[in-house]
Amino acid sequence: MTDAAPAEALAPAEAEASPHGVAASLHARGSPLAPAATQLRRLAEAAPELPAFADRLAAAGLPPLTRAPLQVFQVNLGKLCNMTCRHCHVDAGPDRAAETMSRETLQLCLDAIDRCAPAAVDVTGGAPELNPHFRWFVAECAARGLHVMDRCNLTVLTLPRFVDLPGFFAEHGVEVVASLPHWRRPSTDKQRGDGTFDRSIDALRRLNAVGYGAGDPRRVLTLVHNPVGAFLPSGQASMEKEWKIGLLRDHDVRFDRLIALNNMPIARFLDSLDAQGTTGDYLRQLHAAFNPAAVPGLMCRDTVSIGWDGQVFDCDFNQMLELPLSGVGHVRDLSPERLGPPVTARHCFGCTAGAGSSCGGATT
Amino acid sequence: MSEYYKHEHLTGFGGVAAASPELGKKFFEWYGAVFEPGALTEREKCLIALAVAHTVQCPYCIEAYTGESLAKGADLEQMTEALMVATAIRSGATLVHGMQMIEKAKKLGA
Repeated sequence: MTDAAPAEALAPAEAEASPHGVAASLHARGSPLAPAATQLRRLAEAAPELPAFADRLAAAGLPPLTRAPLQVFQVNLGKLCNMTCRHCHVDAGPDRAAETMSRETLQLCLDAIDRCAPAAVDVTGGAPELNPHFRWFVAECAARGLHVMDRCNLTVLTLPRFVDLPGFFAEHGVEVVASLPHWRRPSTDKQRGDGTFDRSIDALRRLNAVGYGAGDPRRVLTLVHNPVGAFLPSGQASMEKEWKIGLLRDHDVRFDRLIALNNMPIARFLDSLDAQGTTGDYLRQLHAAFNPAAVPGLMCRDTVSIGWDGQVFDCDFNQMLELPLSGVGHVRDLSPERLGPPVTARHCFGCTAGAGSSCGGATT
Repeated sequence: MSEYYKHEHLTGFGGVAAASPELGKKFFEWYGAVFEPGALTEREKCLIALAVAHTVQCPYCIEAYTGESLAKGADLEQMTEALMVATAIRSGATLVHGMQMIEKAKKLGA
């Protein structure tokens, strides 16, 4: 049995336009930055004067990171995506069909979920919906009474074969955590490709039509903002108010909450920083904005992240940099007592900068 | 010019009143309070600051409030519109002084 499941191919017509200046994934381009080891080296070399993350914790008088009880079981269903966004830390794209989680590995995830009893299952990718076993896996998690979050790029919901997904989400009480860099068109299209904004609004209306965005705890619609550039987001609560007013006024779209994420200097965002010669500046900005108050809420303390091939990591960022969680290895061997302390490196300053950042937004 | 407008002046700004710390403390507390969200949002206050920064032609303020405006969720189109408002007022102020010119010229019989 192999872990490499044949993915349902993405038809050429289903691939979205790339943003200007992004020809394809680093992987498809054969970029020297594609391997994780090269990215880790860039992060170390771009600002060599910065301390190690663990040393910065110590300098702030904080103890080394420890694990808290497991809350979030995050599963990366694969790197296949219909989009090729400029900032993607996964380096996902239409070319990455081979890296899709198999049904066998998904079953091993369910077995591990039963052993670990997390509060929530966080389904991500790529576009996780493109995994042929997506609906089965989500239904299995929901049947266990778990809170399920789907990290959705929105445009996938407008593909003809997925137009019934909003109804499926509503039926299973799935929280839709949807990427929308900005509530206005120019910034969104710049980061995600021309036409993305209009397709996203279309998808949001479809979600609204089945009850999302109206305050129903079983139909939660969360939008994810990340900056369109090398700066940190600020004022998540204030932004949420403005977005709610703006999206309702201009597009008759409602949502429940906004979370703001820092861009991680990994994969294509790292590549865009390198292209502008600002990698060192961005790392220094993250380091200068180190916020000790963001440390207790770091997601790596209560999360596990499973890669498409079943390998276990502390978070999706460590997964992309191929820094495995200490003490586990493969999901078939995962149990709560085996979880070692979070593994850290230079990129971790991305989660402690400013208001703090996690897959759940600000951490302070 | 090399001794003027050094980039590190911006990061060192907090220490500008070290010789008069009580007054400095009052200024920075007040400054911080001004930018707290109130009847105006943080983003709106940053856009006003950005426009005024251009009018007073302060490179420190332009750098700071370009970054702050983006961080608070403004986009380049909104920031450019704010700049156009500042430009309109500044150039309009020049032009409206022409009324003074006309009045004086009339008195002189021109």
